[in-house]
Amino acid sequence: MQDCRIAANTLACRRGDRLLFRALSFALSSGQALQLVGANGIGKSSLIRILAGLAPAYAGTVERTGTIGLVDERPALDPHKPLGEALGFWQRIDGPADNELAQLGLSALLDVPVRYLSTGQKKRAALARLLGQKAAIWLLDEPLNGLDTRGVALVEALAAEHCRQGGICVIASHQPFNLPGLQRLDLLEHVA
Amino acid sequence: MSARLFTLLRRDLGLLLLGGRRGGATLPVLFFLAVAMLYPFAVGPDAPLLARTGGGVIWVAALLAAILPLDRLIEPDLEQGMFDQWALRGISEELIVAVRVLAHWLSFGPPLMLAAVPASALVGIDADKLRIVELGLLAGTPGLAALGVMVAALTAGLRGGAALGGLLVIPLAIPLLVFGAGSLAIGGESGIALTAAFSLVLLAITPFAAGAAIRSARG
Repeated sequence: MQDCRIAANTLACRRGDRLLFRALSFALSSGQALQLVGANGIGKSSLIRILAGLAPAYAGTVERTGTIGLVDERPALDPHKPLGEALGFWQRIDGPADNELAQLGLSALLDVPVRYLSTGQKKRAALARLLGQKAAIWLLDEPLNGLDTRGVALVEALAAEHCRQGGICVIASHQPFNLPGLQRLDLLEHVA
Repeated sequence: MSARLFTLLRRDLGLLLLGGRRGGATLPVLFFLAVAMLYPFAVGPDAPLLARTGGGVIWVAALLAAILPLDRLIEPDLEQGMFDQWALRGISEELIVAVRVLAHWLSFGPPLMLAAVPASALVGIDADKLRIVELGLLAGTPGLAALGVMVAALTAGLRGGAALGGLLVIPLAIPLLVFGAGSLAIGGESGIALTAAFSLVLLAITPFAAGAAIRSARG
C-alpha cells in the first residue's frame, strides 16, 4: 500500500448554532489507528464526515494523502437488489475484488435482497464494499453497531490487518475496540 | 472512466426503466394512456373538437407522466449514502446527474413517444398532426427529463419533497408546453425548434444546478 497520511489541524465543527468541538488536531501516518470516543451527539460522526471531505469544517483544515474509504450507518447498497448484485455494482466501479465475501461470511446471502438483511449483515456487506475499494484511509463510523461477538472480532482483525499493510484506520465508536497500538482521542476534551 | 459511466448508466436504467418493484417505465406510460383514454369520455364524442384539442392533451399527459418518477430520481441515493461513496471515489455529482438525465429520458421519452401512437387514435388526430406531436415530444422530453432531475435534486431531503417537486416542475415546464403544443396550432417546425432550444438550455444547466443542490443537501 502506498504511503498515506491524514492530519487534522485545529478543526472546529458547528451544527446549527451550536459549536460541537474546537481546536481538534491529530496526525496519523501509515499503519496508525485512532479511536474517536465520546458520548452520543458530541460530534464523532460529524468529525468523520469532515475528515472524509463530505462536510465542510467550521474552522481548521484536513490534509489527506491517500484514498478514503467510509463505512457509516448507511450501507450504500440498493435495498431491493440481491446482495450479490448490489455489491457487484461497486465491484464494477472499484475493480475486481478478492475473497472478501467469504471472509465476511456473506457467501450464503448473495441471493437475499439487501432490505431483508439484518443490521449486522448489512454492516458486514458495507465492510465488503470497503474491502473491495482498497482505500488507504479507513473512516469507520460505529463499525461495531449491530454486530455479534464474532463480527466484532472480525472487524477488529480486518482493521489490524489493514494497519499492518500500511493503511490508516480512524474509528468512531463508543464501544471498546481491540487493536494493537490504537490511539484514543476523547472529544470531550475539545468541547467548545 | 467510460466503463464507470456505463456501470452508472446500467444501474440507473435498471432502476428507472425496468424499475424492479417500483414499476419503472410502465407506470408513466399507463398513466399517459389513461389520460388520453379519459379525455374523449370527458368532452364527449365531438370528433372535430377532439382532433383540434387532442394534441394539447397529449402534451399535458406527457408532462404529468414525466412527474410520476420524480421522487425516485435523486432522493433514494442520497438517503442510502450512494452520493457520499461516489464523492469519495472522485465521481462528481455533475457526472452522476448527467447520466441520470439520460437514463430518466430513456425510461419515459421513447416509451411515451410510442404510446402517443395509440393515444393519437384515442383522441382522433390524424397522421400529419401525429408527426408534429412526435417531433415535438422528441424535442421536448429531454428538457422535461432534465427539469425533473433538477427539481428532484433541489427537493431531495425536504419533507414532502415529492409533492413539492411536482408543483415546481409544472410552472417551469410551461415554455416547453407553449412551444411544443403550440407547434400544433401553427402547424410548423418553428415551435419545435424553440422547444428543442429550451430543452438544450435545461440540459446544459441541470448537471451543475442539480450537482450543487446535492452537495448542499449532503452537508
